Amino acid sequence: MAAAEKPPVTGTGSTALDGLLTWIDQRFPLISTWKAHLTEYYAPKNFNFWYYFGSLALLVLAIQIVSGIFLTMNYKPDANLAFASVEYIMREVPGGWIIRYMHSTGASAFFICVYLHMFRALLYGSYRAPRELLWIFGMLIYLCLMGEAFFGYLLPWGQMSYWGAQVIINLFSAIPLIGPDLSLWIRGDYVISDATLNRFFALHVIAIPLLLLGLVVAHLLALHEVGSNNPDGIEIAKRKDAKGIPLDGIPFHPYYTVKDILGVVVFMLVFVVVVFFAPEMGGYFLEYNNFVPADPLQTPAHIAPVWYFTPYYSILRAVPPLFNSQFPGVVAMGVSVMILFLLPWLDRGAVKSIRYRGIYFKVALTAFVIVFLVLGYLGTEPITVWGQFGGWLGDADRATVISRICTVIYFLFFILMPWYTKVDKTKPEPARVTH
Amino acid sequence: MKNLSALLRAALALLSVSPAALLASSALLFAASAALLSPTAKASEAGRRLDSAPIKPTDVVSLQAGARTFANYCLNCHSASLMRWNRLLELGLTESQIKDNLMFGSDKVGDLMTVAMTRKEAREWFGAAPPDLSVIARSRGADWLYTYLRSFYRDPVRPSGWNNALYENVAMPNPMWQLQGERVRVERAALRGAAEAGGHAGAAKTIKYETVRPGTLNPVQYDETVRDLVNFLVYVGEPAAITRKQIGVFALLYLLAMWPLAWLLKREFWKDVH
Repeated sequence: MAAAEKPPVTGTGSTALDGLLTWIDQRFPLISTWKAHLTEYYAPKNFNFWYYFGSLALLVLAIQIVSGIFLTMNYKPDANLAFASVEYIMREVPGGWIIRYMHSTGASAFFICVYLHMFRALLYGSYRAPRELLWIFGMLIYLCLMGEAFFGYLLPWGQMSYWGAQVIINLFSAIPLIGPDLSLWIRGDYVISDATLNRFFALHVIAIPLLLLGLVVAHLLALHEVGSNNPDGIEIAKRKDAKGIPLDGIPFHPYYTVKDILGVVVFMLVFVVVVFFAPEMGGYFLEYNNFVPADPLQTPAHIAPVWYFTPYYSILRAVPPLFNSQFPGVVAMGVSVMILFLLPWLDRGAVKSIRYRGIYFKVALTAFVIVFLVLGYLGTEPITVWGQFGGWLGDADRATVISRICTVIYFLFFILMPWYTKVDKTKPEPARVTH
Repeated sequence: MKNLSALLRAALALLSVSPAALLASSALLFAASAALLSPTAKASEAGRRLDSAPIKPTDVVSLQAGARTFANYCLNCHSASLMRWNRLLELGLTESQIKDNLMFGSDKVGDLMTVAMTRKEAREWFGAAPPDLSVIARSRGADWLYTYLRSFYRDPVRPSGWNNALYENVAMPNPMWQLQGERVRVERAALRGAAEAGGHAGAAKTIKYETVRPGTLNPVQYDETVRDLVNFLVYVGEPAAITRKQIGVFALLYLLAMWPLAWLLKREFWKDVH
């Protein structure tokens, strides 16, 4: 559209501002974008607690980017200087400790928000048609987040940074044929060294964040194309008024912007309690052993990844080696993450929301949540944590046996999904959303 | 600390499941299974019970005493190279007090707390390089340090003549032996199995010592000296910790004030949504 043809912007209450907005709008899709994504994006009016975590994840992303920028101003990606530079930030950079704790707490907060956001999708079938691509973009964001967390964790160059990275990179060397060369390529050296630290720094501050931001934009564009799902799992676009506005829809702005402000305040309360009063979170957010500088010659007695990776780490440990190779465990771990991509096609339920599902799905999801939590807990502990069975079971570690059972249930949740969602006795969906 | 984190985890689990009853049951099941299986976990922890360090991070007199002990007894071998001397101004010390009473190796108060001994020399003399103590309280914890520094005993088998009940066969001799005196360990053979090498374990609870030569301090005074030293090490581990908590209170108050406002704003806008 030629600039002159676009109607002038009115209604801000100031002619100067109207003029400025008109000038911009005639050169840039300002008003139409604002409307399409905020004031005229109609979201279902029955969002509940679980719907806060999308906007909160976006908030944490902003916290991570801003705090990360300030950290890079003082951090030194050098094996001889990295550990000390983090403590330099903690001690001598004005406000440095606050920036560092925001970033370290933000990493865990990001995963908490994303896990709850994904769980919401499981509850209400938000990955189902027509939202498959939305789900796939979300999963790609999750993968990027895992990469981002892994690369970032090496940077403080503590013992857990070093040996955690060692364990993960060694997983790649378990791949037959290409494994050893692949891990060499990832490290850039025969051992984890300054070269590894430098490339992880580049990946952590540039490559992955760029990907992440692009994927977040794609995720939001896909969401606004198909519209938001809701706790009833029904399509509000099916019932519209004379003007073509969904009867159960309300404009995202101002309704959900003010509601999300409430969510942000409550979230920040929890976040601030951690940042200012328990930044280590009992060793779960900042591991105690990571206050020991990386020492390639001294392997710690117990290497555990940070809590957000531990369910998958448990699956890795649960699978017994085959012909002395860890490869089966590596495959199981990889598949346990990747299988989530297939959810839209595994779920054959007649309804989307758990509110109208039958008992099979409810039992399956409950079991899935329990095994995910148990696997997550066991991944933080040595396999001897629950002792041995004794008796006829001999000296088998209880934790290993239980994590094997949990791993089987984890995969059965997905493998049996086409069956149990289909035969499940569902209830009829309502025509309009309920509160 | 372990109980606290378990509690937080349980609270977090409950918070995330509150709207769905089916998930509350899953949390309960999870908690129940953990409780059923935990006795063995507790039993294995009993072997490494640590004495609780009675430290008070806001006690400036204790911190100053700890700084003095640190400069006199630790800083000859160990560095705290991420810490600057003039940071101790925070503890109410003056520059001249720091210079005259604490600094033996250097004379600029802006310097870092380094030592003259190189890592190579240290390895030759002690068999292991003494670790930097800047963040030792953050990796080991106050209770571990408090127990460790009170667990030295005479052991003629060791090259240094000293051993430690918490950290078996540690290379470090007792630096404060003149204060504590010399002790030997009794029932040693029976207890040896309880302690693992590597420093993470040690049955400090049931160990008995016999004083062979008393030190300049009595046992109560020695414990107080160690307490002050550990208090100082905790401070050195994170000098901003007290400021952090003070600012945190204001941040919390601000958000607590925002909460009702945000809630009212939301209610006002949502009046017409039915």
